[in-house]
Amino acid sequence: MSTISKPWDKDPVLTVEHLTMRFGGLVAVNDLSFSAGRGDITALIGPNGAGKTTVFNCITGFYKPTTGMMTMRHKDGATHLLERMPDFVVSKKAKVARTFQNIRLFSGMTLLENLLVAQHNPLMIASGMTFLGVLGIGGYKAKERQAIEKAKYWLDKIKLTDRADDPAGDLPYGAQRRLEIARAMCTGPALLCLDEPAAGLNPRESAELNELLLGIRRDEDTSILLIEHDMSVVMEISDHVVVLEYGTKISDGTPAETKNDPRVIAAYLGVDDEEVDKVEHELDEVQAHHTQGSGQ
Amino acid sequence: MEVFIQQVINGITIGSLYGLIAIGYTMVFGIIGMVNFAHGDVFMVSAFFALIFFLALTAWLGIASITITLLIVMVISMVLTGLLSWAIERIAYSPLRGSFRLAPLISAIGMSIVLSNFVQVAQGPRNKPIPPMVRETFTLWENNGYAVTISLKQVIIMAVTAVLLVAFWYMVQKTALGRAQRACEQDRKMAGLLGINVDRTISLTFVIGAALAAVAGTLYLMYYGVVHFADGFTPGVKAFTAAVLGGIGSLPGAVLGGLLIGLIETLWGQYVSADYQNVAAFSILVIVLIFMPQGLLGRPEVEKV
Amino acid sequence: MTSNTTKKAGPDLGKAFKDAILAGIIAFALLGPLIGLKTDQNMDNQLVLVNNMPVALIFVALVMVGRFLLAAFIYPAIAAKGAKSKAAVSLAELEAKAKRTKRLSLGGLVFLFVYPMLILALFGVQGSIKWVDNFGVQILIYVMLGWGLNIVIGLAGLLDLGYVAFYAVGAYSYALLAINFHLSFWVLLPLAGILASFWGMILGFPVLRLRGDYLAIVTLAFGEIIRLVLINWKDFSGGSAGISSIPKVSLFGLYSFDMGATNNFAKAFHLAASSAYYKVFLYYLILLLALLTAFVTTRLRKLPIGRAWEALREDEVACRSLGINTTNTKLTAFAIGAMFGGFAGSFFAARQGFVSPESFVFMESAVIVAIVVLGGMGSMIGVALAAVAMIGGTELLRELSFLKAVFGDDFNPDQFRMLLFGLAMVVIMVWKPRGFISARQPTAFLFEKKTISGDLVKEGHG
Repeated sequence: MSTISKPWDKDPVLTVEHLTMRFGGLVAVNDLSFSAGRGDITALIGPNGAGKTTVFNCITGFYKPTTGMMTMRHKDGATHLLERMPDFVVSKKAKVARTFQNIRLFSGMTLLENLLVAQHNPLMIASGMTFLGVLGIGGYKAKERQAIEKAKYWLDKIKLTDRADDPAGDLPYGAQRRLEIARAMCTGPALLCLDEPAAGLNPRESAELNELLLGIRRDEDTSILLIEHDMSVVMEISDHVVVLEYGTKISDGTPAETKNDPRVIAAYLGVDDEEVDKVEHELDEVQAHHTQGSGQ
Repeated sequence: MEVFIQQVINGITIGSLYGLIAIGYTMVFGIIGMVNFAHGDVFMVSAFFALIFFLALTAWLGIASITITLLIVMVISMVLTGLLSWAIERIAYSPLRGSFRLAPLISAIGMSIVLSNFVQVAQGPRNKPIPPMVRETFTLWENNGYAVTISLKQVIIMAVTAVLLVAFWYMVQKTALGRAQRACEQDRKMAGLLGINVDRTISLTFVIGAALAAVAGTLYLMYYGVVHFADGFTPGVKAFTAAVLGGIGSLPGAVLGGLLIGLIETLWGQYVSADYQNVAAFSILVIVLIFMPQGLLGRPEVEKV
Repeated sequence: MTSNTTKKAGPDLGKAFKDAILAGIIAFALLGPLIGLKTDQNMDNQLVLVNNMPVALIFVALVMVGRFLLAAFIYPAIAAKGAKSKAAVSLAELEAKAKRTKRLSLGGLVFLFVYPMLILALFGVQGSIKWVDNFGVQILIYVMLGWGLNIVIGLAGLLDLGYVAFYAVGAYSYALLAINFHLSFWVLLPLAGILASFWGMILGFPVLRLRGDYLAIVTLAFGEIIRLVLINWKDFSGGSAGISSIPKVSLFGLYSFDMGATNNFAKAFHLAASSAYYKVFLYYLILLLALLTAFVTTRLRKLPIGRAWEALREDEVACRSLGINTTNTKLTAFAIGAMFGGFAGSFFAARQGFVSPESFVFMESAVIVAIVVLGGMGSMIGVALAAVAMIGGTELLRELSFLKAVFGDDFNPDQFRMLLFGLAMVVIMVWKPRGFISARQPTAFLFEKKTISGDLVKEGHG
């Protein structure tokens, strides 16, 4: 165990401290603490039922955690305590956007409309809280044109511009996933939470998704927190991996570190304790060997 | 004190009727998630069936024994009302299963309009009074000149309700039909895959609910001695309130809710204001739904994200 | 109970016959007592049964014939057509339909403006009253109510079964304020709207976090509570007797339609005294009010609030994840819908000159909801069509007095009005569960506006 402070602890965009969520007798998340670095792609992984989505629902305000503190730090130094906010304020003020495990698009609305709904709050102000907009005064038209431009920018990014005027429900599955990400990005988030974005994608779509996420990290002021099962996605694009099992954190480190963490391997492969001991022992030996090697 | 007990007796009587109707709401809501808006009017039609066959038996066939008459009338009304409810389900609801969610509700509202107006046209718009079937009243005790009484009618209502509930409870818990019903409540598709005839189970649910409403309709006619084509709406809404108060989907809840609504209504009428009796019932509905939407015995609903 | 005739060449008459017999038996069991044994009071005020069996048998026969035709010919035809059209609902067809709808609405608008002139020309001044008032004004009131409720149900997807409460608030506001404070209609119209939307917010606030059918039932209960309070709070509302001699609307204060007034409209223009002028004036007034509703709704749809309403109908959880305050959004829908209900209510009070709780029963709410759903949720023109079909259709029944010649003098077609209304609701829902016009027009586009098939549009959770 290294004692050096991790890079994501230096300037975290989100810190979760002692988060616990109970449903009746069931402890879904147990005393979880981790931080997500600014500009990083942080992955939250773990076997089915590990409590990953519950963590997301707590962060985005859909669940009130039993105990714990979740802090968003914006670039300008403003901090927001997420556990005190109702869900829509988390998105509006704390600038946390999210997608859903089972896609939640506005299927009867066009792609463009989906992206315009995401810009609701600034557009509401532009329409004078509707009053001026109904009367047709106050320059709402120009603001709406800007919003459409922004939507077009994201449609270009997800390569769906030519389908802008089709209903979202008509899109193929992979495109719906991308549209949901674009819609979340249209809210201008500081943190984007993606719930299994690669689920159900074919290899080509999966590669496109990686490209999109890396593009967001490169071009936007948005950090990403994602839940993922697909290890190739996690290993390829994430900077930091947090592993959950039965609601408890069992590992926290770089992708390479977690990949070799015996507890992670055990959790994923379901080996018995004896074998874990064996693997741990072997790893210790390897590590000892390495340190010796570097010492020379 | 005597007044209070008297009102409690009256309240339990009315509450039993509400409970019987409420079961129909709660079962249908449990199995297909629909508020069967026409159920109140089905109850009203059942009272008319009872009325017609009561007149036919007494006046035409000259059956003198009130017990036998009541029994026959109740059975006929149960059969015919069950048949009516079956037909309504086949015509107005089952073609809409799985489609647009509002469609069955609108269809049910349409059916409710059809039933009440059909009875108005076929049987006339006036009140339909009959001579009292059962007259006996027992005095339980007297104090300061105020006698607490319970009429035979009330005893019959409470007894019939209790017996039917036990039988019904047994059916839902112990028989194959009850199991099929509970399976359909949990997951209709899966139940179908496991070989349960889902359509028939749903139809039977409607029939059973209607048969219980018919018992309530017959007892209502016996208790009040009068029925009117518009009598379905208010008892219907109150019974629905009872179902919600008890926790919709829960059968004991429906009965408990019915008794509570009956009690609250009569006590409110006695001690607060007779004018605002119905306002009280509706207010309870609103308050319960807002502050305790899962009801007294229902399971809380967790929002899935 | 669907017949498998698609496989065979001709209709399966044997099966249809069996179905018809079964339907006949059921119909006899139900209609035999209900129609065949009519309860009636005799001279001694005792209830007796009157044998009416022949009529019952006629209806049983009708059921059998109907069932036979359905099973033998109509279902197979629908099945065959359905198989063909399901596959072929293309974008082009949707567009063609949308264009037709647009032409229809333009034509309809022109017709609405010339309608009173046409009626005056055809039936003369006195003869026009019935057509302008019973048909024109009556239908337009429901068009306006339907459009108002369409905001709540059709756009925001919130099932409100107590809309008539806001109609009542508008009507009583006008009635009470006009009588007690002698304010003019033109002052009270906006005031009634504001009061109604205020009530919309008060009632809406606690109930809007409810989901699904619960919202429907609570709004129903609120509607009933308001009506019961109006009945019982006699000092305030006059109780069941209601409020009468409510002042008429004036022509912006310039001309009055009161017969005795010095600036009476007919006198001023040297016309024969008739109430027809007032009716024509009311017609144009409600037409403009309805068009105002339509205009504002169209405007709102293209604003963020309107998009948020529709998004709310599609997926509330997603809306919250995008930072939309769903409570406020729902409240706005409720309040704006209520406001138009209030406008319509004050117009109603001024037109009738009399209001009583009797006009605001649950059935009125049900009728308005039915109009919105039958028309196709969210579609303005669909709602208008449904109002014309349902209200106009049932009004027409009043005109069928010639049927008395067929069925005898006791026959009163008016009493079949609501019965047929209910039947129409059931039939239309089974036939077209999504209403007359279910396709949706997008509110913004990048390249071209494409009509969205109703199959993709969700109906909301409440």
